Amino acid sequence: MNWRDTFRTATDAVRSHRLRSVLTMLGILIGISAVVLTVGLGQGAKAKVQDQINELGTNVLVVSPGSTTSSTGSRGGFGSASTLTMQDAAAIATKRAAPDVTAVAPVSTTSVSLLYSSTNWTTTLTGTTPAWKTVRSRGLTEGRFINAADEQRAAAVVVLGPDTVTQLFGQVDPIGRNVVYNGVQLQVIGVLAPLSSNEATSNNDLAIVPIATYQQKLIGGSTRNAVSSIYVKATSAGTLSGAYQETDALLLNRHQITTATSADFNIATQQSILSAATSVDNTLTVMLAGIAIIALLVGGIGVMNIMLVSVTERIREIGLRKALGARPRLIRRQFLVEASILGLAGGILGVALGVLGAVLLPQFSDSRVIISVPASIGAIVMAVGIGVIFGVYPASRAARLAPIDALRSE
Amino acid sequence: MALSPEPDPGPPAVIELIDVKKTYRSGTLEVEALHRVSMRIDENEFVAITGPSGSGKSTLMHILGCLDVPTEGTYLLSGHDVSAFDEEQLADVRNLFIGFVFQQFNLLAYMSAWRNVELPLIYHGVHPAERRERAFAALEKVDLGDRAHHKPGELSGGQQQRVALARALVTEPAMILADEPTGNLDSASTADILDLFHELNEEGRTIVLITHERDIAARAQRVIQVEDGNLVPAGVELLATGVRP
Ligand SMILES: Nc1ncnc2c1ncn2[C@@H]1O[C@H](COP(=O)(O)OP(=O)(O)OP(=O)(O)O)[C@@H](O)[C@H]1O
Ligand SMILES: [Mg+2]
Repeated sequence: MNWRDTFRTATDAVRSHRLRSVLTMLGILIGISAVVLTVGLGQGAKAKVQDQINELGTNVLVVSPGSTTSSTGSRGGFGSASTLTMQDAAAIATKRAAPDVTAVAPVSTTSVSLLYSSTNWTTTLTGTTPAWKTVRSRGLTEGRFINAADEQRAAAVVVLGPDTVTQLFGQVDPIGRNVVYNGVQLQVIGVLAPLSSNEATSNNDLAIVPIATYQQKLIGGSTRNAVSSIYVKATSAGTLSGAYQETDALLLNRHQITTATSADFNIATQQSILSAATSVDNTLTVMLAGIAIIALLVGGIGVMNIMLVSVTERIREIGLRKALGARPRLIRRQFLVEASILGLAGGILGVALGVLGAVLLPQFSDSRVIISVPASIGAIVMAVGIGVIFGVYPASRAARLAPIDALRSE
Repeated sequence: MALSPEPDPGPPAVIELIDVKKTYRSGTLEVEALHRVSMRIDENEFVAITGPSGSGKSTLMHILGCLDVPTEGTYLLSGHDVSAFDEEQLADVRNLFIGFVFQQFNLLAYMSAWRNVELPLIYHGVHPAERRERAFAALEKVDLGDRAHHKPGELSGGQQQRVALARALVTEPAMILADEPTGNLDSASTADILDLFHELNEEGRTIVLITHERDIAARAQRVIQVEDGNLVPAGVELLATGVRP
């Protein structure tokens, strides 16, 4: 009996016991697709965070306002204070105080509604300096970025993100046209190049104005000098920690804080943002993996159950085959191939369903799913393993019985 | 297979049982189905085994077919002690040497008649095309050529019995062991099957069959009578020519 005969015998048995085969495959299928999808979701979330952090630019530090300590001693949360000022940004930008810093961009942001002819679009209005383009490593597809002259005279000009342009202008060339915010006409002077992100990102949907314009003409208020955050770009990856220390020391000094722990600002590196986000993600991944493993376990128990019942049912068949001259090895092999076919078919269908889910899910929610090849292969191997253990083990035990004992079993 | 080294006056013995005992044990209950049975069957003999229901005929036949092992005693098949065979050798003996017809047919319900008949040839290593050809020829022999594609559930009891017979014939074994092969047949098909057995016997095959019918037993060269787990004296007399004192 060669492998082809074994294979045909096994496929015959699989086809003849249709319901049993379908149920076995279903158990495997559900387990595998759950594994593929949940692992994919976890990896997708991780990749998304990674993308967002990369969109900050390279070798960038983000300084944000820290907590304030009120006179009563109660501390506000991070970001509750507006302790960072334009002067802080200017100080960090001085070569002497911070030699490892190449560019500094203070940023103030507010969510606003812009109007072009009759189209309204809500976007992030960002007031910043010309250095922003360098710090964030962004390019332009059209026009020019804001410059020092715009900054000086608080010019009513705006640079738009590519998504913002699409929303407001459609096919119309925006350069030279005016958008209106709160009655103020802003002339579009440039369009940012899109970041190659997989999803819509806020980094492709924004409106940049000179920070002077932002503070004097558009947003105003009592804290005119305050900024939402300061982006600091180090000269290279090697000088990033130097830049960190210089910025830290400078700001502590400027804010007259003697103990580092009571700092009223917070400096984040891309690495620290990443590790904070990843730790949250890892928890999520572990949780998802737990769910997947439970699904696989439930599927596996189903498969195990069906296999055990099926082999018990077929001990008479095993006895007959032995009586007709099948060596025990061939019987084991037949059940091995049978279990592998079921496991493999269920596994492949499960991965296919998982991939289908990975394609469909992002259409309905903003989650990204990345199919992990090792996880998929691992899941299939596990499925085949379950089938083999619970199909082949009882079969090979039955194959050791005297044919007549096997034939007489109920 | 080599002959046994024992002195052997007659034609070579295919089957020799020496003090074979078979005890079934189910829980604390013991049933001794065979008590110290000794007998021999020579090559190319046509032997009928008869006896009342429950006397141990099938038990004896299963031991002869290497489907079961004696609790005590020795079974020499062509001079070889069967208890010394390992699983693979036993499988090969069943496949190459013995054609067995079960009292309960034992067909696989999920396969058509010809696929059932083909089964022993698969384990024989016969090429698929030849297997099909031989399976159909065997079905033709038992007059079931037109039912080859039916599953056992779609066949009558007599037809299933003939499929089981075809399966025993298909490997052209040297020895055919049939447990009531005509139990479900009418007298016309019984006569046909009996003719078939005689034809096979004339080809040189050893035939052992269990039957309740006198006229079938009458056509055999020798009748072995089983009663309550013992061979009745007529059988023992015939054995007197054998080796055992
Ligand atoms: N697996 C078993 N467990 C216990 N007792 C058994 C078993 N198989 C057979 N027996 C007993 O052994 C005795 C002989 O049974 P066997 O099947 O050999 O009879 P038989 O001569 O073939 O009868 P029949 O003509 O009805 O087929 C019977 O008493 C039966 O009850
Ligand atoms: Mg019987």
